[in-house]
Amino acid sequence: MSNAPLTTLTSRTVVLPAENIDTDQIIPARFLTVTSRDGLGKHAFNDWRYAEDGSETDHELNGEAAKASQILVGGHNFGCGSSREHAPWALTDYGFRVVISSEIADIFRSNAVKNGLLPIVIEKGAHQWLLDHPGADVAVDLIRREVRLPGNGGTYRFDVDDFSAHCLIEGVDELGYLDGQVSAISDYEERLGK
Amino acid sequence: MASNPLTLFDKIWDAHVVTPEAAANPATLYIDLHLIHEVTSPQAFTVLRDRNLPVRRPDRTLATIDHSTPTLKDEDGAPLYVNAQAKTQVATLLANTAEHGVETHGWDSDNRGVVHVMGPELGATQPGMTIVCGDSHTSTHGAFGAIAFGIGTTQVGHVLATQCLLMRKPKTMAIELTGELVDGVTPKDVILAIIAEIGVGGGTGYALEYRGTVFEEMSMAGRMTVCNMSIEAGARCGLIAPDETTFDFLRGRPHSPEDFDAAVDQWRKLTTDEGATFDKIVRMDAATIRPMATYGTHPGMAAPIDAPIPNPANEADEKALSYMQVTAGQTMAGQRVDRVFIGSCTNARLEDMRAAANILSGRTVATSVRAIVVPGSESVKAAAEAEGLHEIIMASGAEWREPGCSMCIAMNGDKAAPGELVVSTSNRNFAGRQGPGARTVLASPETAAASAIAGVVTSVAGLAS
Ligand code: SF4
Repeated sequence: MSNAPLTTLTSRTVVLPAENIDTDQIIPARFLTVTSRDGLGKHAFNDWRYAEDGSETDHELNGEAAKASQILVGGHNFGCGSSREHAPWALTDYGFRVVISSEIADIFRSNAVKNGLLPIVIEKGAHQWLLDHPGADVAVDLIRREVRLPGNGGTYRFDVDDFSAHCLIEGVDELGYLDGQVSAISDYEERLGK
Repeated sequence: MASNPLTLFDKIWDAHVVTPEAAANPATLYIDLHLIHEVTSPQAFTVLRDRNLPVRRPDRTLATIDHSTPTLKDEDGAPLYVNAQAKTQVATLLANTAEHGVETHGWDSDNRGVVHVMGPELGATQPGMTIVCGDSHTSTHGAFGAIAFGIGTTQVGHVLATQCLLMRKPKTMAIELTGELVDGVTPKDVILAIIAEIGVGGGTGYALEYRGTVFEEMSMAGRMTVCNMSIEAGARCGLIAPDETTFDFLRGRPHSPEDFDAAVDQWRKLTTDEGATFDKIVRMDAATIRPMATYGTHPGMAAPIDAPIPNPANEADEKALSYMQVTAGQTMAGQRVDRVFIGSCTNARLEDMRAAANILSGRTVATSVRAIVVPGSESVKAAAEAEGLHEIIMASGAEWREPGCSMCIAMNGDKAAPGELVVSTSNRNFAGRQGPGARTVLASPETAAASAIAGVVTSVAGLAS
């Protein structure tokens, strides 16, 4: 299972400014009884987007502009909470390829990369600019590790470890890499009697 | 003193590196124990099937069903699933593990339980191990002096196929509690106070080590409660050095090492060396901790039950208070309660059942409150029933259910209605976690039981007066 390669993209942003958006908000637990990873996008942020009777609210994620967007900007500490990979599955199925925040929870970050979703932690000033300019056309360049804001918003570097960048850019997955280490793993097991 | 003093975390990490970390690649880390359950494994088994790969080490894999499983049965003893999809998910796990020869504790097992309650009970969780599970509260197992952390489903696939994970080493943080706890303060209060202190993002990027006499004097159940919620401070794992309490707990369990004394000799080396450095140290005074309750929509929004709810620091806090229908300056004590949930991998061990029963004994749950007590495993249930705890609990008007995650994650049908206030012994109070619109207050089993009796949030001390 490999992901579509990601190098550069320019997209209108969707901004969800709330801090500490947890994975229970991204995909509520009652949608986790699935046994496949497809089709979760319609439940992304389910309880924000649908009323109790199942009708769509006027939340911007229900709008056409959001559905065409590839960049989600979230408030500080995005993706905290449960380790459910259903969260990045729901976001990528919805259409996002990039999540930007001033802090992104560890497990979410690691899950995102494995599913072709680039998590970008950006400095506070640039983050604030993004929060203040929802719908801005923002360019993300994974090769140069830069986010370019429109007008005089400026250009900001972000960190991503080389290995994650490699996997995202090539669209390869980590299992192939791990599988390549099979003899090192066997040696280890033998050496330690495991 | 060792020539190159190491932290406990470093020692365990170093012993599990198959291929070291470099700029271009994370470390390949060997995993000793892989726990699996029905929710985060089906898509991983699909990957294995697609690639025609076996489970590399079924003997290092252990499965249970807990998240989607109902806590009620029909007259014939058949589980009452919330819907067909939940039933299919459980059936999928059982079929996958049968196909790959993985030890599985399904409906017919006396050991089935919430995965983080079951692993230690079986003695599968041991000091010095690396332990993973597709569930963020895997940090629980750190109570035994293990590196234990939650992983996503893709990584579940990695571990099934290779028994390894790709990971960069986190930084280390010591949480040092000095002084003594005052009477009536429980391990749950301790961890809620720690999270309130360092914040829900405070541990991000770190492995925590809990240090000091408070933890040394704590039972294994208490240590598990503390380590369980490390993730709520943003840390993927939290650990406590193993000691006699740990070894006593593990002696004689089904998965404990055959040559137990030899194992203990090895385990004794698992401490942080004197002079080892942590990347960060947080010091707190145990004597200042009081029985805690959360007042907002993340576990860091916690305060002593009788203390005024702090002024919101920002818009997010304001939203949280309005969701919870409380205002700054009020106390959580006195808030009307609709439901009480005593259960979850944070607080559903025998000790927790005893604590709850002790408060409920001879008292009656307020008529306006629906209280359910859900033991963490079949073993906890059996042990509690052997002591007659279930009779005490039911006599008070609370319900005694089958083991499972239940209202902790509310995906099996056990949930609160919109607007209802739940005092819950679980670990997450996110908006809607216990059902859309439900308001969750996290607290200890003692506080939850006392609140069930009073019909309002109260500490045990508040109940007595
Ligand atoms: S009890 Fe709650 S936190 Fe624990 S494993 Fe179950 S759902 Fe996860």
